[in-house]
Amino acid sequence: MRKRLFAGVVSSVLATSFVTVGAITSATAAPAGICKQITVITNRTDIAPTTFTKVYGPAFTAGIGKGTTVKFEAFTNYNTDVRTMMNTKNYGDVLGIPQGVTPAQFSSFFSPLGKTSDLSKVYRFTNEGTYNGIQYGLSQTGNATGYVVNLKVWKAAGITTPPATPDEFIADLKKIKAAEPDVIPLYTNYATGWAPTGWTNMYAGYAQGPDSNNLLAKDKAPWTAGKDTFIGDDLLYRVAAAGLIEKDPTTTDWEGSKGMINKGQIATMMLSSWSVSQFQGAGPNPQDIGFYPLPVKDPKTGKFQSYIGGDVEQAINKNSKCQASAQAWLTYFMQQSGYAYSQGGISPYIKGPNGESYGIFDKLGVVYKSLNAAPAGHDSDLANVKKASGIPFDGTLEQNIIDTARGAKSGSEASIFADLNAKWGGAVG
Amino acid sequence: MFKEKTKRQFVPWLYLLLPIGLLALFTYLPVINMFWYSTTEWDGFDPHKKFVGFHNYVKIVKNPEIFHSLFNSLYYFGGAVIQISLALFLATVLSYRFRGSNIFKGFLVFPYLLNSVAVSLAFLYLYKGGGGLDLLVKHLGLGRFLTLWLGNPHIVNFSLAGVSVWRYMGLNLVLFLGAIQSINPELFEAAQLDRANRWHQFRYIILPGIKRITALSVILAVSGSIGVFEIPYIMLNGSNGTTTFVIQTLKTAFVLNQVGLASALAVTLLGIVLVVTFVQRKIFKDEGVDLV
Repeated sequence: MRKRLFAGVVSSVLATSFVTVGAITSATAAPAGICKQITVITNRTDIAPTTFTKVYGPAFTAGIGKGTTVKFEAFTNYNTDVRTMMNTKNYGDVLGIPQGVTPAQFSSFFSPLGKTSDLSKVYRFTNEGTYNGIQYGLSQTGNATGYVVNLKVWKAAGITTPPATPDEFIADLKKIKAAEPDVIPLYTNYATGWAPTGWTNMYAGYAQGPDSNNLLAKDKAPWTAGKDTFIGDDLLYRVAAAGLIEKDPTTTDWEGSKGMINKGQIATMMLSSWSVSQFQGAGPNPQDIGFYPLPVKDPKTGKFQSYIGGDVEQAINKNSKCQASAQAWLTYFMQQSGYAYSQGGISPYIKGPNGESYGIFDKLGVVYKSLNAAPAGHDSDLANVKKASGIPFDGTLEQNIIDTARGAKSGSEASIFADLNAKWGGAVG
Repeated sequence: MFKEKTKRQFVPWLYLLLPIGLLALFTYLPVINMFWYSTTEWDGFDPHKKFVGFHNYVKIVKNPEIFHSLFNSLYYFGGAVIQISLALFLATVLSYRFRGSNIFKGFLVFPYLLNSVAVSLAFLYLYKGGGGLDLLVKHLGLGRFLTLWLGNPHIVNFSLAGVSVWRYMGLNLVLFLGAIQSINPELFEAAQLDRANRWHQFRYIILPGIKRITALSVILAVSGSIGVFEIPYIMLNGSNGTTTFVIQTLKTAFVLNQVGLASALAVTLLGIVLVVTFVQRKIFKDEGVDLV
């Protein structure tokens, strides 16, 4: 579930929308899958023309690429566009696996990269992008769950330690609203669609432990108190019902919100670690941006916790005639490019450096965990249930919760969750 | 060479080859494909398309919730009634020459020439809290009527229908103006000699003279309001209760990855539009208008 969030989030990180449209590199015949040029398809429209083209590409060509050049094509509507391209054989040589592709479909589209048991010694997050013990995709960076706050605003309301329970979280937001009436206690970024999906996805594991997603695939009523899927959506409902969110959610502005939290006009946004570097860079006060652990402590140890998970997984087009070159690029990108570090992420390459967003976590003694992979033979279960349930996990689900909570739509929290449980339960079968 | 008669039969088809070819390639072929997809459980990219017969249609019939989004079309239909009346009124006024009438025509038709993305974004900023409309309302001293034009669920669909009226009235206006101008001017002269006033001229000359165009406008308005898409999609992505049938179909295909079901929805929409148009033609036929 979390992968969805990160993938959606990253594909929407649009500083500049720069869409390269061009022909897919035709493989000029060379021995053993080595080509003069390969095409890499990426969701990073913002840095494809800069960092990718000017730094990574030339560094690869001069290094382990041994003369092979790289052409980058970036897509804003990454998932939809690339899924459509996958109806043909031309979808680049290396690409990020779009959302909606189930693990059972991996082998129809991507080249096997090796055994998961071997690759997990070199890379993190190999529990994603795998099917039947074979790895098809490697996560380009890793993110940690948590939320972003403006430390100055929280401090001005007299709060210096992160809330430890959902109730404390709401109480703190109320304090902020009382102390600083001009500040928006929590900004949902409703209009983006993808931003509020974190409320449903990010809490996986917090109460039910690392097997959360595997339990979810079998659970007939996951929107029930005490379960991970319930925690975040319930919190969202209560925050919205208490009037602690922006006044007009329908017209939120993602690009503008980055500067607003930097300048202290927004106190909180429920987004995971990838967003920290963007908020720091969006205004004059990078030191005010802080990253807090979600307000649910581990029920067993009583400690703050954070789940780390992969981002978009990089895979090789199985129809590519440039298998060796593509493999070389993947090795370069994962091990040598420094992409994860530059994004403030957790390096998927075990020996690589992590980003620097996690200072507060270290002070609080936050325990890092990761979700368990699905048991053998069940890799596609969760994706299949999602598809069959017909629940719109694109943010419509969370928008419904917000609308109902703020009284813009008839219904109650109980009726929303009953409906979701009925749909999910029906798909579990 | 060909005989003259053969040539005469053959040449028109030669000219039509290109448009018909394009039509077949980009309209009919995709529609046929859509019918085929609607009988599968395809997700949009899997190499294998599983055939499920009429299962998708059964799903639609069993889940009447799907048709709820059709109710939102009523707002746009209401808007269309206002739009047509307004266009008719303005076209009648503008058909009499007076100073600046051409400039007015230009102003009124202009919105139709703008593309809908630009229009939607412009109105997004106008409706936004603290945006242009709020300022205007405050300046007029009507501050107590302020509301969230897009955030208030009871208002939002009216706001969107308003955008639609603003954007499409120009088209109706042009159609009506053209029709009015094609009425024989001698009729007006004769009417003036008979001392008919402006209302009589409108009632007994203009209105019957533009019957066909009016009927066409109504058909366009109805099928248009069933198929509303751009404005609610670009402005709000169908959130806050503004989802229309087309937005729902699109989301089914590209968010839920149920292309099979979405194709069945599209076929259903096609059916609805055909039925409605047929019924309308029946009604208008009684008045001696033959269209399409």
